Amino acid sequence: MGYVAIKGGGKAIAGAHTAVESLRTAEGDAGASLPLASIEHQLRLLTSRVLSEGGLYHPRLAALAIKQMQGDTLEASFALRAYRSTRPRLMETPVQSTTDMRLIRRISSAFKDIPGGQMLGPTMDYALRLLRLDLVDESPESFRKVSRQFIRDIADSDLPDSFPKVVNALREEGLLPPQPDRPDIPFDITREPLVFPVPRSAALATLARAETGSLLALAYSNVRGYGNVHPTIAELRVGYVPVMLPHPLTGEPTEAGEVLMTECEVVATQESDETDAPPVFSLGYGACFGHNEVKAIAMAILDRALQKGMQHGPESPSEDPEFVLLHVDGVDSMGFANHYKMPHYVTFQSEVDRLRTTQEKDAAHTPAQGVES
Amino acid sequence: MNHSYELPVDEVSYNFAFLDEFAKREIRRSILKAISIPGYQTPYASREMPMGRGFGTGGLQLTLSLLGAGDTLKVIDQGADDSVNAVNLRQFVELTCPGTSTTERAAEANIIQSRHRIPEDRLTANQILVLQVPTPDPLAIVEPSEARRKIMHGESDYASLLTKLYEDIVQFDEIAISNRYPTRLNGHYVIDSSPIPRFDVPKMHQSAALILLGAGRERKVYAVPPFTDAVPLAFEDVAFRTEAFLDHQGTRRHCDRCDSSTSYLDEIMHPDGSHHWQCSDTGYCNDRCARRDSAGSGAVRS
Repeated sequence: MGYVAIKGGGKAIAGAHTAVESLRTAEGDAGASLPLASIEHQLRLLTSRVLSEGGLYHPRLAALAIKQMQGDTLEASFALRAYRSTRPRLMETPVQSTTDMRLIRRISSAFKDIPGGQMLGPTMDYALRLLRLDLVDESPESFRKVSRQFIRDIADSDLPDSFPKVVNALREEGLLPPQPDRPDIPFDITREPLVFPVPRSAALATLARAETGSLLALAYSNVRGYGNVHPTIAELRVGYVPVMLPHPLTGEPTEAGEVLMTECEVVATQESDETDAPPVFSLGYGACFGHNEVKAIAMAILDRALQKGMQHGPESPSEDPEFVLLHVDGVDSMGFANHYKMPHYVTFQSEVDRLRTTQEKDAAHTPAQGVES
Repeated sequence: MNHSYELPVDEVSYNFAFLDEFAKREIRRSILKAISIPGYQTPYASREMPMGRGFGTGGLQLTLSLLGAGDTLKVIDQGADDSVNAVNLRQFVELTCPGTSTTERAAEANIIQSRHRIPEDRLTANQILVLQVPTPDPLAIVEPSEARRKIMHGESDYASLLTKLYEDIVQFDEIAISNRYPTRLNGHYVIDSSPIPRFDVPKMHQSAALILLGAGRERKVYAVPPFTDAVPLAFEDVAFRTEAFLDHQGTRRHCDRCDSSTSYLDEIMHPDGSHHWQCSDTGYCNDRCARRDSAGSGAVRS
């Protein structure tokens, strides 16, 4: 008697935290705490992913979150989001232009020659995925030499600032619909809940913070067979977008900082509106914080799929705004999957009650069966 | 990248009740709207909290937006104050809300946040009960699209939900919904009563205390305002039934500790394989045990 199912919850939680910390430091005397700068640079793609899914551009805090969460992208992004909840909204930026992006990479798979030219930049697309055993025991000297050498060998003229955008050229040729003169006031998903139907800007904002793997799976489903976006990458660019804010005194746009972003524009099959306008290609747009090309591409495909679904009604899951937008957030989906680990004693008791009642009724209705021989 | 920017270690300190003041005000506005339209799922811009979605972030945001200095909070999970998640939420409030106090006694609290239970002792008009909700829409089991569900709610069209109950009766001779029982408020909106057992649903009817229901992941708030009709869906000839806790002889089981035979019970399997029953509401059970012990007599049968 006096048996209590759960007791000392506080002590158990504290013990769990200690156990987690002990695993982080399990290297023991041979180990050293990871510097945040090393995470930010050597694990830059991981940092990028967390920045983007966390919806907060702060590489150093993202690195901290990665360290604290021991490399779990979902948990690290979640920590950034939770931090974000504590910050008041001080101002809204005007719409920023990615045309002035200081590029580190830009390609187009639509045209061989694009204004400004192709620039492969830092990509592993054409690297052989052979494990580099020279990294196993990399000496500090050789590590430092790589960066020194790169800076020394590169000529200033090899570092162009910005490039014209490929889609603008397509627009001038009438292959794409003209850009609306005045962009709509963007829907702010951090201040307003999604109530369907939602405008495209709400969809884009949701996709931009979405979990990379979730976006990829849904976009893949569309291009593989459950949908019919046939994308061609008009332009994929990675670079630093100058953030322009009105100067506090003069009101003049002034560069306040820069954010690393990946942007992707896909051109898809032609579309003729119900109006008499001539048929044109349609566009899908993807953009996210950090360097994350697969996310930007998946987002662009889904944007196109969702625009189609919004206009003509969804024909596949990836064209259904509710299906896509309510299931791609990493923080939401991870939280709900994890919550099943919490006690459900009360509801389970209630379910047992229903099952026993229906079993009893079932037994009463069914005459007892003899054993057949 | 701007390398001169220092890590804002001193900025990682938190506002009273964690959320910024604008967020709390927005949530309070949504609460007022929810109270004004009983059972209407009011959308709000749910913030990410530092605990998982699904761990009570919806309820917690309501609680944090309401808490002020001098308030006393009780947090329960599965009826228990010392369940890991209740401990976690309570510690978070203690950490971020200086000037408020916490209690394990329902009668001492003016705000009670709960997951899966309504306390056994009747709440008063001076109390607010905040329930954590995973799935706010009772129509979700019959209609996946939220846009279509919104229209159904507006037209008070619950035919497909009633059909689901009817199908249960055909198949099982019994309504098979165990918890989250659909309940009609003030003659119009049907709510998901949150994963409370059917046993607790009648406590919502004409409750003196305000009941707020918060779904963080689904970004909805709804309310059972004080003294409002809350009627579980049923049929004229098939009544709504709560968990009965009868043994094989048809006698009401009672709590092994405090001997109550009117409370919701947890079924506990002892290592020897025997089944035992104990109050799910630990605060209620402890109070009864304390009263019995101070009376110095044996069990008090209720």
